[in-house]
Amino acid sequence: MKAPVNKIIPFSAVDGPGNRTSVFLQGCNINCLYCHNPETRKVCIGCGDCVEACPAGALSMWEADGKKRVLYDPLKCVSCDTCIHLCTHDASPRIVYMTPEEVFEKIARQIPFIRGVTLSGGECTLYPEFLTELFSICKTRGLDTMLDSNGTLDFKEHPDLLEVTDGVMLDIKAFSQEDHKKVTGGENQKILENARYLASLGKLFEVRTVVVPGLFDPEFTIKEASAMLKPFQQVKRIQYKIIAYRPMGVRAEYAGFPVPDEALLNHLAEIARTEGMEKIVII
Amino acid sequence: MREITMERVNETRQEILDIIKSPILTHEQKVANMAGKADSLMEVLDLPEGLDQLLNVPGDVKCICDLAEGHAPVRPRYIIPDYFKFMREGSKFLQLDPPKDLYEALNSLLIFYKHVPSVTNFPVYVGALDELLEPFINDVEEAQAKKLLKLFMQHIDRTVLDSFSHANIGPKATKAGRLLLEVERELEQAVPNLTMKYEEGVTPDDFALLAVDTALHSAKPSFANHKMFRRELGENYVIASCYNGLLLGGGSYTLCRLILGNIAKRAKDIKDFKENQLPYVMDIMARYMDARIKFEVEESGFFENNFLAKEGFIHKDGMVGMAECVNILFEKEGRSGRYGLDQEATGLGVEIMEQINAFNQNHVNPYCQATGGHFLLHAQVGIAEDENISPGTRIPIGEEPEELIEHLLQCDKFHKYFPSGTGDIFPIDTTVHKNPEFVLDIVKGSFKKDLRYLSFYSKDSDVIRITGYLVKRSEIEKLRAGENVLQDTTHLGLGAALNGHILERKVR
Repeated sequence: MKAPVNKIIPFSAVDGPGNRTSVFLQGCNINCLYCHNPETRKVCIGCGDCVEACPAGALSMWEADGKKRVLYDPLKCVSCDTCIHLCTHDASPRIVYMTPEEVFEKIARQIPFIRGVTLSGGECTLYPEFLTELFSICKTRGLDTMLDSNGTLDFKEHPDLLEVTDGVMLDIKAFSQEDHKKVTGGENQKILENARYLASLGKLFEVRTVVVPGLFDPEFTIKEASAMLKPFQQVKRIQYKIIAYRPMGVRAEYAGFPVPDEALLNHLAEIARTEGMEKIVII
Repeated sequence: MREITMERVNETRQEILDIIKSPILTHEQKVANMAGKADSLMEVLDLPEGLDQLLNVPGDVKCICDLAEGHAPVRPRYIIPDYFKFMREGSKFLQLDPPKDLYEALNSLLIFYKHVPSVTNFPVYVGALDELLEPFINDVEEAQAKKLLKLFMQHIDRTVLDSFSHANIGPKATKAGRLLLEVERELEQAVPNLTMKYEEGVTPDDFALLAVDTALHSAKPSFANHKMFRRELGENYVIASCYNGLLLGGGSYTLCRLILGNIAKRAKDIKDFKENQLPYVMDIMARYMDARIKFEVEESGFFENNFLAKEGFIHKDGMVGMAECVNILFEKEGRSGRYGLDQEATGLGVEIMEQINAFNQNHVNPYCQATGGHFLLHAQVGIAEDENISPGTRIPIGEEPEELIEHLLQCDKFHKYFPSGTGDIFPIDTTVHKNPEFVLDIVKGSFKKDLRYLSFYSKDSDVIRITGYLVKRSEIEKLRAGENVLQDTTHLGLGAALNGHILERKVR
């Protein structure tokens, strides 16, 4: 069993509690207009546009099963991101297909400096069996396990995965159906259902909302999401992360939204607090 | 006392005149520098043959450095008074009874500090402030206690005019410790340096997290591996000066440095370095240190006459420039690896440490009773004049590995050799302010391994850690503009910024 790995960050201060190794898997099933790392959205189709443009000669073409593929040499890569900027398919050629054991080997190097592991993406829950296996290995070494997810996977259907997952950091992109469609192109019933379900199990570590002035109503989203989760705060305290939209990394056609100011972010935090959220982080 | 030439006397007189006229030195700094010049005319030590060619030569070939200790040491380099004894018994010489409340405790300590000499003329250790003050902390309301501590810490910063001065807190949480951390977070000042003795399971997380938060505001405290120091030096150790592990009621006679990079320049290849050059220089340096200590103990009269004099002073020796040493030797052999980035290059560093350690274990000094007759190794943090000499075994600034994990694993190989202190410094990105547990996890993991001492500061702080000591960026800027500044270490900080590139460390 293998999954496409976009990147492994050995020490991360921003992907959950304490110091963690973060693993980013490739591919996503929704389309947030403000996506801050669009190159993780899709899997490379092998068009080869990036191969010649690579200044380090780290990319080459090859064929497997009659399909064209781009081969990536991590030793030659200078991380200039030319390939990513040039890709018109929201993909990256710098993907390595790895087994859970291979990924764990990269994680184990950081023990005992890390307390846990976070799987992110893309949307990491596109690979639930992979996650279950990787997290099972992590558990044997005493690491805690977190998922960073858009909440489109039906967690009720994956008890094995939840068994080895300590917490989920769940995006609530917008609370109203209409807003959610505008932001992501998809519906949010399943996501909200997941939020309640995970919260009832004490496995919802954090919900997060990216605030994009003009795109949707953040006051309504943060107010309703906080209120919805209030009854579960006694199961385990849930944290709200309010994230300011920033144009860095966003696809050019969506990079024109205004950046929210501090006053708005503090106002939103106050709304969450009024609705029973005790721990709020603004970034 | 040996004769010297009139030419040397006149050169020194000119240097003294320059000091007197200097626009960038304060009065206290002028007095200290003039005393140093007077001392430089003395020739009383029984110096080993060959020392002159290793010590009194230009910086790029100098192999031994005595860190401005002078020609006729009038006191030990570092003095670590037993402040607990002082609190229990007071001092006859200072005409002080034991303090009875918080006001008297703070006042007595401030008086005492003015009478603790050292190589810098200021106390390099101001005590385990949390333990010293905890018995008195409930004498007044908490808000008033905090105000008193704030004034006390401010008094130290403005009168102990050298940041090679260290207070300790921990490993146990106390109310005094908590208030001191809160005060230091608010004051954001350079003096005193501060270390938290940390041990997982002994130091509660909330206390350690308060320390991290304070460090992200004022670049202190640093974290010392309490378990490791305790194992090597016993419960009675303190952290003083930059990060020196020393014994309470003791201190250090002398600290001289092997400049490994320059010793490597003398060598034909790795074999010559290990078999001839390094042993030659180590031998001369050890005998030089023996001579200094002999003078301090037998001739200076310090131990007979100074009111602080007690038995049990310890001492140590030090080294710098491991990175350059390995890189120069690799270059001489036409190999491409760099220290800190290449396994074989780092492996050579470990072999050299083993050799220095073995030499030290075989060298006996009769006055080092407290440490079994041996010097203690110290990875020295560098001085302002150092160019192309990295502190201790540190990876040169600008060549740090991309990932912090690689950097820590490198430190893990070297920290164990230095019971008398070593340490690494990591500027931290401000996003960590939202997640101080990130830093605490790194400390916990590091101390499970063999790392000894870690310092963190926020990349945007005014107070920053230069090499082991703290300086305010704003004070460096004043000095750069030609104004005089209160603390003499700001001069070192400016030198380190220019020569040591300390403002360019990789932010984590």
